[in-house]
Amino acid sequence: MSVKNRPGRQEMPCQAPQERVSNFNEVALGYTEEQAIIEAKRCLQCKKPKCRDGCPVEVLIPEFIQAVADGDMATAAKQLKLKNALPAVCGRVCPQESQCESKCIVGIKSEPVAIGRLERFVADWEMAKEEAEEAKVADLDTVDGDQESESSATASPKKQKVAIIGAGPAGLSCAADLARFGYDVTVFEALHVAGGVLMYGIPEFRLPKAIVEKEIDSLRKLGVNLQVNMVGGKTFTVEDLQQKGYEAVFIGTGAGLPNFMGIPGENLCGVFAANEFLTRTNLMKGYDFPNFLTPVISGRKVAVLGAGNVAMDAARTALRLGAEEVSIVYRRSEKEMPARAEEIEHAHEEGVQFKVLTNPVEIVGDEQGWVKGMNCLRYELGEPDESGRRRPVPVEGSEFFMEVDSVIVAIGQGPNPLVTQSTAGLALNRKGTIQADEEGRTSLPGVFAGGDIVTGAATVILAMGAGKKSARAIDQYLQSKQS
Amino acid sequence: MYPIVKKIIHSPAVKEFEVYAPMVAEKAKAGQFFILRVSEKAERIPLTIADYNREQGTITTIIQELGASSTLFGQMEEGDHILDFVGPLGVPSEIERYDHPVVLVGGGIGIAPIFPIARDLKEAGNEVISIIGARNKELLIWEEKMASVSDQLIVCTDDGSYGRQGFVTDALKDLYEERGQLSALWAIGPMPMMRAITNVTRPWELKTIVSMNPLMMDGTGMCGACRVQVGSETKFACVDGPEFDGHLVDFDLAIKRLSIYKDQEKRALAVLEHKGGHCGCQ
Repeated sequence: MSVKNRPGRQEMPCQAPQERVSNFNEVALGYTEEQAIIEAKRCLQCKKPKCRDGCPVEVLIPEFIQAVADGDMATAAKQLKLKNALPAVCGRVCPQESQCESKCIVGIKSEPVAIGRLERFVADWEMAKEEAEEAKVADLDTVDGDQESESSATASPKKQKVAIIGAGPAGLSCAADLARFGYDVTVFEALHVAGGVLMYGIPEFRLPKAIVEKEIDSLRKLGVNLQVNMVGGKTFTVEDLQQKGYEAVFIGTGAGLPNFMGIPGENLCGVFAANEFLTRTNLMKGYDFPNFLTPVISGRKVAVLGAGNVAMDAARTALRLGAEEVSIVYRRSEKEMPARAEEIEHAHEEGVQFKVLTNPVEIVGDEQGWVKGMNCLRYELGEPDESGRRRPVPVEGSEFFMEVDSVIVAIGQGPNPLVTQSTAGLALNRKGTIQADEEGRTSLPGVFAGGDIVTGAATVILAMGAGKKSARAIDQYLQSKQS
Repeated sequence: MYPIVKKIIHSPAVKEFEVYAPMVAEKAKAGQFFILRVSEKAERIPLTIADYNREQGTITTIIQELGASSTLFGQMEEGDHILDFVGPLGVPSEIERYDHPVVLVGGGIGIAPIFPIARDLKEAGNEVISIIGARNKELLIWEEKMASVSDQLIVCTDDGSYGRQGFVTDALKDLYEERGQLSALWAIGPMPMMRAITNVTRPWELKTIVSMNPLMMDGTGMCGACRVQVGSETKFACVDGPEFDGHLVDFDLAIKRLSIYKDQEKRALAVLEHKGGHCGCQ
């Protein structure tokens, strides 16, 4: 079949915008099996697949897609999980358009194969199957031979002890690979649940928490030990871990510290870091207040500062919490927005307003100390800056007042300082991130790091890729240590 | 899960708990705090460490039932288990040997977290003068414990039902007149009390440290809810504090920020009380 005659890319079924803005259920509903097979058959099965080069965790893309095209979902799932510990998550939150799908040959003349949607389909298919099987086992309530052999496999003597600090995407993907290599892996998490940004940051309507929990359960089944309520740098230090016999430590503590703009009025009531707003909503389930006791305030007229994925998440969350008017306020134009294309599109569909080429210079409060608006400037785009994007330049005399009663700041996060400050001899970069090589080796022997704590705030998949590379480096390190 | 090993009811809304949390007790230091979540649906609440016992693996705290989550905690009994308990968080108090006396001011349940700071300062060889105060005799806690770590203890009640009548600020002014040279002061209590203390000590140029207890969620620097304006800087109480130079803290803003979720908190408390049937409406 020539490229010309191939069917177009299968559309993702979604909840209708007017319906979904009043609920927290997942927006994208996932392919049907029929759609998945049609889409998989669009893949050219290139001999030298470029898509794989675009994937930070090196997923066997043509292989798993071939299995889908053959209708062999079990094989597809196996192929996927070989490289990706969290496929149901990645299928939902990866910026595929700038990674695997950007390299797809089909995409040159037509739309690229929907690799992300297929990944999600396969991962969800497997979860559904496992659920059905678990229900069956529970029904039978007997121990069969199969189960026994499985438990004896996991009981085989493990190699050295490895500690992972932070149960976010970097730590979890590192832990999964190390467990597969046979190490005795323990992940220490500061919050009361594992998952990091997948649990506290990304909203339910984009990444259902039940999905994240199931992915994490499958890590437990791999033999990964998870300990919550353990704050690296406070409850324990890297040195404590080494003394307790952990022969390698991976630091994946992420970009925790929210940035603010440094303009007057930022501490007024009604100005929230996106992290606070999203954590209250997602992790603490503030959308179900007062059934859950953590409150969250959306405001009526909301300005979200920033235009990354976190900003889109915050804006769409505010709408769902009942805000009347929500605006993304961004000093560049829509073209420069760092968010995934799909998130921007969904935000548009749901009625989020985009006030581009606009930036506040001051947040203004009322007598009670609550936000009543922002003094803003308009911008135009000048010459490209070091990031390659056109630099926004303020327009003289363009100052105007924007009336809002809530401001959500989503302009990025800095590295979390708790572990870095408590680890003597760990070399840091100027901005407080950890100095590490491509494989995550730090200035301290046996101490590795990856994800946002090394790169500064980036994406889930890049953090997972870093965790994966570090797992390999840790394996090498521990093998050479033994010999 | 973290079992409650001891509960003491000081007054209907003021309760002391000793909780088994050996990892936290192992590292706890004066001036630090921890966060607990009593059950699945409750908030994460930050509480200052009032005492710790490394051998027994326990942390002691005193709470006042104000919101829904602290009320839920207050209703727990010995043998009950707290779902999540994490810490120690924040920067410990800086303990050093000073030339002149140091003053510890504790108001209400703020007396509890001032205790381990007083103890450490005393152990470091300082002359420790403590001023503790409460609205009335019933609400006064830990007088004996404070006496055991102080060279001089002044007790005040607003209504004069015990000790000297008046505010801790009055006692502090008298002390300053009497002693003159003081090296440093720690004040922990309700925000208006800490603000009043800093206003008293500002003209004396006396180093005055306050412990901020703002809204907080993760306690690790992630959410930014605990922002405190300190001089020209924005600080996070959870990772930069909770102790700050009281003369630089913008208390007016801090007090306003405490009330951000006031309406929701009332609603949550009302729902909780209805569930408990205390309101008699069911």
